[in-house]
Amino acid sequence: MGIFEAILLTVITAATPVVIAALGELVTERSGVLNLGVEGMMVMGAACAFVATQVTGSPYIGILAGIASGALFSLLFGFLTLSLVANQVATGLAMTILGLGVSGMIGEAYVGQPGIKLPQIVFPLLADIPVLGRLLFQQDLIFYLSIALVVGVQWFLFRSRAGLKLRSVGDSHSSAHALGINVIRTRYLAVMFGGACAGLAGAQLSLVYTPQWVENMTAGRGWIALALVVFASWRPWRLVAGGYLFGAVSISQLHAQAFGIGIPSQFLSALPYLATIAVLILISHNRRTTLINTPAALGKPFVPDR
Amino acid sequence: MKKLLLALATTAAVIGFSAAASAADKAKVCFIYVGSKTDGGWTQAHDIGRLELEKSLGDKIETQFLENVPEGPDAERAIERLARSGCGLIFTTSFGFMDATVKIASKFPDVKFEHATGYKTAPNLATYNSRFYEGRYIQGQIAAKISEKGVAGYIASFPIPEVVMGINAFVTGARSVNPDFKIKVVWANTWFDPGKEADAAKALIDQGVDVLTQHTDTTAPMQVAAERGIKAFGQASDMIKAGPETQLTAIVDTWGAYYIKRTQAFLDGKWETMSSWDGLKDGILTMAPYTNMPDDVKAMAEATQAKIESGELKPFTGPLNKQDGSEWLKAGESSDDATLLGMNFYVEGVDDKLPQ
Repeated sequence: MGIFEAILLTVITAATPVVIAALGELVTERSGVLNLGVEGMMVMGAACAFVATQVTGSPYIGILAGIASGALFSLLFGFLTLSLVANQVATGLAMTILGLGVSGMIGEAYVGQPGIKLPQIVFPLLADIPVLGRLLFQQDLIFYLSIALVVGVQWFLFRSRAGLKLRSVGDSHSSAHALGINVIRTRYLAVMFGGACAGLAGAQLSLVYTPQWVENMTAGRGWIALALVVFASWRPWRLVAGGYLFGAVSISQLHAQAFGIGIPSQFLSALPYLATIAVLILISHNRRTTLINTPAALGKPFVPDR
Repeated sequence: MKKLLLALATTAAVIGFSAAASAADKAKVCFIYVGSKTDGGWTQAHDIGRLELEKSLGDKIETQFLENVPEGPDAERAIERLARSGCGLIFTTSFGFMDATVKIASKFPDVKFEHATGYKTAPNLATYNSRFYEGRYIQGQIAAKISEKGVAGYIASFPIPEVVMGINAFVTGARSVNPDFKIKVVWANTWFDPGKEADAAKALIDQGVDVLTQHTDTTAPMQVAAERGIKAFGQASDMIKAGPETQLTAIVDTWGAYYIKRTQAFLDGKWETMSSWDGLKDGILTMAPYTNMPDDVKAMAEATQAKIESGELKPFTGPLNKQDGSEWLKAGESSDDATLLGMNFYVEGVDDKLPQ
């Protein structure tokens, strides 16, 4: 395995959880709900996936547990912000703090236990293609799911009727409501999809990335996912590009250090963020296109008149 | 109604008073942790020390701790909260708590503070540290014997003297066995991020190192080393569970004895500020069992450990040059503690530019 291939493999592992979590949040935000609790839902997913795997011995049950815990946890957010119309920003932040605490409790007995790594699924023949075969066809289930999710979300949002309804709810909930679309139900589903994705991303952390459980193991990846959604101006393909760019820069800076190229490590550590800012400036120089992509009702509460 | 309110107020006052009285019976010893008490590394080692303290002096004291306290402004608030809540002796267990501890210590002259791994003291603020570098010197020697390629990978956290000292000790130990030994350093710029630590480990292994050591807090690098089939050293706690066939040894922090000693002094009214810096001989750090290595390497490691414990061997003893080739220590000369505690240069053989 060449060094280039090795770097790309590490990049894929590093980018996958952020891309999955961001994709879920993208759908949530497209419906007009800003859920800042991604970090909390992600860490819940990581804890539940790990515990379920240790108890049952099957990482696949772990994945299901991760998805389910993320979705259930996001339901709490949905109830508070959609049914009780609580402030979305404050509730989201509270979800992060709550998630970090509760996950610590769930996982406490499992800290330090060596985990079970999610096995690779090798596609025969395709896996033999030089470089690409190793990178794309000898991966774990969650990686394949992440690709399917990108394609699926892109299709759903821009090619399906339900996706159009979801976007209309996110752009103007009053108009959508007037057209007979059930705004609250749509948003509940979008929030739960976001939670499920965050949970799956968490499962990737505790089953693939580093098969173990330690408190706070997300270490800020939920926040990066949130930033990625804005970075991608709410477009799935840009989101994938951004996620992999971020991953590539983060990993290359580690390699650059190991090569000993003599650039200060603090600068190298800041590189992924600098790259993000640079791209953001490039993307947002045209204010019109940015506005077109931003869900107009993002973060605004909706109270249906009775 | 008025009567009822008055009665309630009196009851509350009595309850409040009795709570204060019962708390005053036992001295309160408090701890601030930078990570989670079950992190399997640095913080867990401190928490084990706290539990030993409770076990030993539990009839006279009670302990309290705050975990996951970020270094920075939050630390100041957290320490102040403990100081206000009646803690008599407060241990702040991370280098990054230094300035916060100094500030709060000046505000609460009656409370005693102990800051781990720092260098600023006050009449009510002592510092304590462990000579981790003694363990790293032994690790370096083992690495030089085990490595076939003569290159070790070193995952570092932040460029503070403590970490730089560790890198230098490792290289000095390794070069005492193999004068051409090299290390590659990757700065993760974090103490705690399993993903990033794993990425750093992968990067180092992909670039050809065949033995790995870390100065970060999770077992993720050990896990990656196990997966890739190379050997590695644990940090702060025994990490053998993460790599039963991988861990060569680990520097295990054993703070308990120190915590008991200082709390006893505090209870006796004999607590005084000091800068304590104990090593292998005092039992403040121990080496995890030497495993996964040939017998002759194990014998060498044990011999070196014995020599360090007896004081016969001081890891930083000349002739030693700085990275640029200029002389640091003449033959037979040993470094003084002040230089080590403020260490901001590499010794010869480190293949990295020190972030300043």
